[in-house]
Amino acid sequence: MSFSVERWTRQSVFFSGGIAIMLLVLAIGPLIFSAGITDHLTTLFVYIILAAMWNALAGYGGLVSIGQQVFIGLGAYALIRLSDAGVPLYLALIIAVVLIGAASLPLGELMLRLRGGEFAVGMWVLAELAHFVVALDPLVQGETGTSLDALDAFAPAAARADTYWMGLALMILLLGTLFVLLRGKIGAAIQAIRDDEIAAASVGVKVHAAKRVMFVLAATGCAAAGALWVTTTISFQPHAFFGIQWTAYMLFMALVGGLGTFEGPIIGAILFFLMETWFGATGVSYLIGLGVVALAFALFLPRGIWGFAETRFGIRLLPVGYFLRL
Amino acid sequence: MNLVNQVLQGALLGGFYALLACGLSFIYGVMRIINLAHGSLAIFAAFLLFDFANDTNLSPFIGLALALPAMALVGVVLQFTVLDRSLKSGPLIPILSTFGVAVILDNGMFEYYGANSNSLGPAIGDLAFNSWNITDTLYVGQLDALIFTTAVVVLGGLSFLLARTGIGRTIRATADDPAIVELIGVNPRVVYAVAVAIAMVLVGIAGAFLGMRASFAPYDGGNLLIFAFETVVIGGLGSLWGTLIGGVILGVSQNIGAEISPSGFLIAGHLVFLVILIARTFSTGSILGRLRLKRSAA
Repeated sequence: MSFSVERWTRQSVFFSGGIAIMLLVLAIGPLIFSAGITDHLTTLFVYIILAAMWNALAGYGGLVSIGQQVFIGLGAYALIRLSDAGVPLYLALIIAVVLIGAASLPLGELMLRLRGGEFAVGMWVLAELAHFVVALDPLVQGETGTSLDALDAFAPAAARADTYWMGLALMILLLGTLFVLLRGKIGAAIQAIRDDEIAAASVGVKVHAAKRVMFVLAATGCAAAGALWVTTTISFQPHAFFGIQWTAYMLFMALVGGLGTFEGPIIGAILFFLMETWFGATGVSYLIGLGVVALAFALFLPRGIWGFAETRFGIRLLPVGYFLRL
Repeated sequence: MNLVNQVLQGALLGGFYALLACGLSFIYGVMRIINLAHGSLAIFAAFLLFDFANDTNLSPFIGLALALPAMALVGVVLQFTVLDRSLKSGPLIPILSTFGVAVILDNGMFEYYGANSNSLGPAIGDLAFNSWNITDTLYVGQLDALIFTTAVVVLGGLSFLLARTGIGRTIRATADDPAIVELIGVNPRVVYAVAVAIAMVLVGIAGAFLGMRASFAPYDGGNLLIFAFETVVIGGLGSLWGTLIGGVILGVSQNIGAEISPSGFLIAGHLVFLVILIARTFSTGSILGRLRLKRSAA
């Protein structure tokens, strides 16, 4: 019997080429798009980062956290602090992301000792704790918050374009890192853990090491999203950045798109972005709708849109896994 | 002296936390699910009683007698529509689905009731503020004493139910191994429904006292869930009497924290919780750890 193992299918070659072309177009975005579209795309980049990072943790690492907003808030706060200390804005943004990413390493050591629901709620308590401690900072002035004054030095168009490029670069960097990780040795470990943690451990997969990598990546990504978000909204209010609503959004995007798939959360983020654009103005009804859709997917289509499409039609647009041809 | 009083008030607050937490602990003990909609359901129960008190002008205690069967029904519905299906799809899905339920409930109540804070305090008259003074600065509120006593009675009753009755034994056996009890003719789904119904009755009682002792608003469910969860973890996951110990530790820490700074109430509670949570993973030989092992059947 002859067989071959292939990673690149004709489909994924075409699709990856398409992605490359699209990224090239996006790279010159601010030069060709209107101000409104540029802003919208920056928002979308942040959503895609959030969805992909939450999925890295939950979908691949098997760790559901309802407290990832701790890193969103800390990323934004670190940027505010650094910028206040006189560090140039976009340099401060990068340092803030690196700092919070580094801080997540010892935090992960502690939190990863917890299992399942304990980890989930433990992370939330961490977020609440960070929220109230940050609010004690005189610069933040409690719930009143503060603003990113360094942005005043930029012309609005320049700030818009720079933030866009920063967002695009961070999105490519973070998703690229996840992609490379998934294709490498650690990716095989992570996907084995996703499918069955105990079985993976029993064949020698280093479960804890793999989870630690996902935790730090997800924390770094959320810090990036938080720092980007504060450069788009300018004002920093603790409850807006440390709020549980972020978890609702991330959960929605990752779950609806497809937990444990690379492409799914991107689709989920685009869908969430569209829903917010169309229905966001309806306020509470919109949030109820998000909850209903997320619940429906959890109950009836737990692998999400992309997970369903992948198994149903055997498509794989990005070459993360392998195909066995008999 | 003020500090002593704060500790006393904190310990009494612990009784409320124990009531709030035992339903969460119970569902976890039986089904291994942390119900993230727990706090929102307590708010829901408080609103049920609030509507009843407003519409009828009868005592909330009469309302509670009617609300408890309603909450049990909510539990049965929750089990058969959400939890049962979630359990089949692996350990992650119950976390996601109960979070979804919480989002729907919170925003649904906000849409229906608005942002205002409500209270059952006015409906219970003197009980809301009468107290026994021990010294000039030391006092025990009558409502707080009632809540603490109720917590002890409820925990005792629950322990008795689990240890001495047929349904209690069935619940414990199902918690141990749902596949095995099926072999002897027990339907785990029905047992789970009973367990969730019991938990929702407990949530109903907690919601009633929540409304009587303080004000509540549609988005308070999240905080309640955190307090309940902290109580459960401090006392030892799955341990019923542990929730009373956990509640007292949490309440005392919060009240001491509040003495230090206005936001110290929450910060101190969260800190104590995280320290105990992490410390617990390093050692199982603590007093709380031993309690947990002894009670793990519950």
